[in-house]
Amino acid sequence: MIWNGEFETLPREALEALQLKRLKNLVERVYTAVPYFHKKMDEAGVKPADIKSLADLVKLPFTTKEDLRLNYPFGLFAVPFDTVVRIHASSGTTGKPTVVGYTKNDIESWAELMARTLSAGGAHKGDVVHNAYGYGLFTGGLGAHYGAEKLGAAVIPISGGNSKRQIMIMQDFGSTVLLCTPSYALNLADVMKEMQVDPKTLKLRVGLFGAEPWSENMRQEIEARLNIMAIDIFGLSEVMGPGVASECIEEKHGLHVFEDFFIPEIIDPETGVPVPHGERGELVFTTLTKEAFPVIRYRTKDISRLITEPCSCGRTFYRMQRITGRTDDMLIIRGVNVFPSQIEHVLMSIEGVEPHYQIIVDRQASLDVMEVQVEVSESIFSDEIKVLEKLGKKIEREIKDLLGVSCKVKLVEPKTIQRSEGKAKRVIDNRKL
Amino acid sequence: MKVEQISIFLENKSGRLAEVAGVLAKAEINIRALSLADTTDFGILRLIVNDTEKAKQVLKDNGFTVGKTAVIGVEVADKPGGLAEILNVMKDHNINVEYMYAFVQKSAGNAIIIFRFDELEKAIDVLRKSGIRIMRGEDICAL
Repeated sequence: MIWNGEFETLPREALEALQLKRLKNLVERVYTAVPYFHKKMDEAGVKPADIKSLADLVKLPFTTKEDLRLNYPFGLFAVPFDTVVRIHASSGTTGKPTVVGYTKNDIESWAELMARTLSAGGAHKGDVVHNAYGYGLFTGGLGAHYGAEKLGAAVIPISGGNSKRQIMIMQDFGSTVLLCTPSYALNLADVMKEMQVDPKTLKLRVGLFGAEPWSENMRQEIEARLNIMAIDIFGLSEVMGPGVASECIEEKHGLHVFEDFFIPEIIDPETGVPVPHGERGELVFTTLTKEAFPVIRYRTKDISRLITEPCSCGRTFYRMQRITGRTDDMLIIRGVNVFPSQIEHVLMSIEGVEPHYQIIVDRQASLDVMEVQVEVSESIFSDEIKVLEKLGKKIEREIKDLLGVSCKVKLVEPKTIQRSEGKAKRVIDNRKL
Repeated sequence: MKVEQISIFLENKSGRLAEVAGVLAKAEINIRALSLADTTDFGILRLIVNDTEKAKQVLKDNGFTVGKTAVIGVEVADKPGGLAEILNVMKDHNINVEYMYAFVQKSAGNAIIIFRFDELEKAIDVLRKSGIRIMRGEDICAL
């Protein structure tokens, strides 16, 4: 079902005219309200008046995670602070998170986008939406929640964790739509098996999964094991949260980017030059309507490509292929973005010196597990077992505090972590996605 | 009064202990006393050797993480009640034993106990006042 027939099926020319109108307005707003963007545009030699067509978008400078970090926490907000009604945050590359804000209108747009997403996945008024995305600073939980309410569905704000209880509630409340990360969906399937609950006895019909990369194989596994239709959805907090793009249930091939709200670009990550339609590269987004935290040409570091062929569902929006990789070393563990530099930051603050460490990620019983191996240097070594054990626990706790993801710390002997060309390999990802 | 003990971080992997022993053997270092503490993932090997500095250096050169700690060696009569006497003194003065290990001397018929206390100086003072014989570091290393 198409939620918003007027906008989701706009002929391309009308859509592009709308995009241009909104882009001009965005650039004008940002140039006036955000000194940092003003300066960046001046440095790039571009004025709001230079944006005469959509092709002029490339004249605008990129926004990166580094820009967000430099303006922590609210430096890039484009509205007076008393009009901000919501603040979310996601992982930053060091100790500080990336902060985003929303006005009342932004929250309304976001709900519209998630209602479209849910609708594209086959959900409708009357559904019981089991929302197992995490509620909190993470955009997943609340983002999906407002969309489901707007859709007219009954939302169960169950958040993540406690799988047995989740399954009991699915049985008792008759959940029809499941929202969570794809790996958590598989974990739920495992727990159902353990509890001897046959998915066929549940009312679940469809699941919308996102917040971490997954594959066609995983889709087939989820569909078979939970007896549902599995839909891929995409979003990131810097751009909005969930609701940036979504597959349609008709094709399940590529995610429609809601182009009346966002302009997607694919660029060559080395040169920054846009690649021809259909070619693979780094995904870049410009937010057309956001008021509190607009971004211009935000580099996601996600690798994708755009599919411009028309879709049988009737939506005129281009589709992005499911994310196939990253241009940096970011990991997604149980839906949470993790940068090795964050772990380095924790270790540095404890050890006081450059740590030697390695992150090993695995998937056990459908759940991501992260082990951090830390070489025991003289500065942290002790002749007492309890001191070393305490140290291990402390590192685990601080990583959990900073990232929101638990890990196991293993102390290892010096030089046991592989070093290639003098630089240590920081991440070993054994998950077979 | 104090004895220097070296400690070595070891992962629980087969052959690691043999490697330490091999490195020390090659450097002609004699082990006087040792204890191994272990957890699921790692262990700490504590050694008293005849040449602490040299041992520390060769182990470091071979990539081991090595620490140095001051401990106390106490000579006890090799008979029932020998250890209890010392521990009672420590208990009375609220001094904690972090860990300890013992070995029996070849000739003299005495046992030597190596103690790691939480309060080293206080422990020395208490032991002395109680008339318990603390061995000199060099004597233990030279045994």
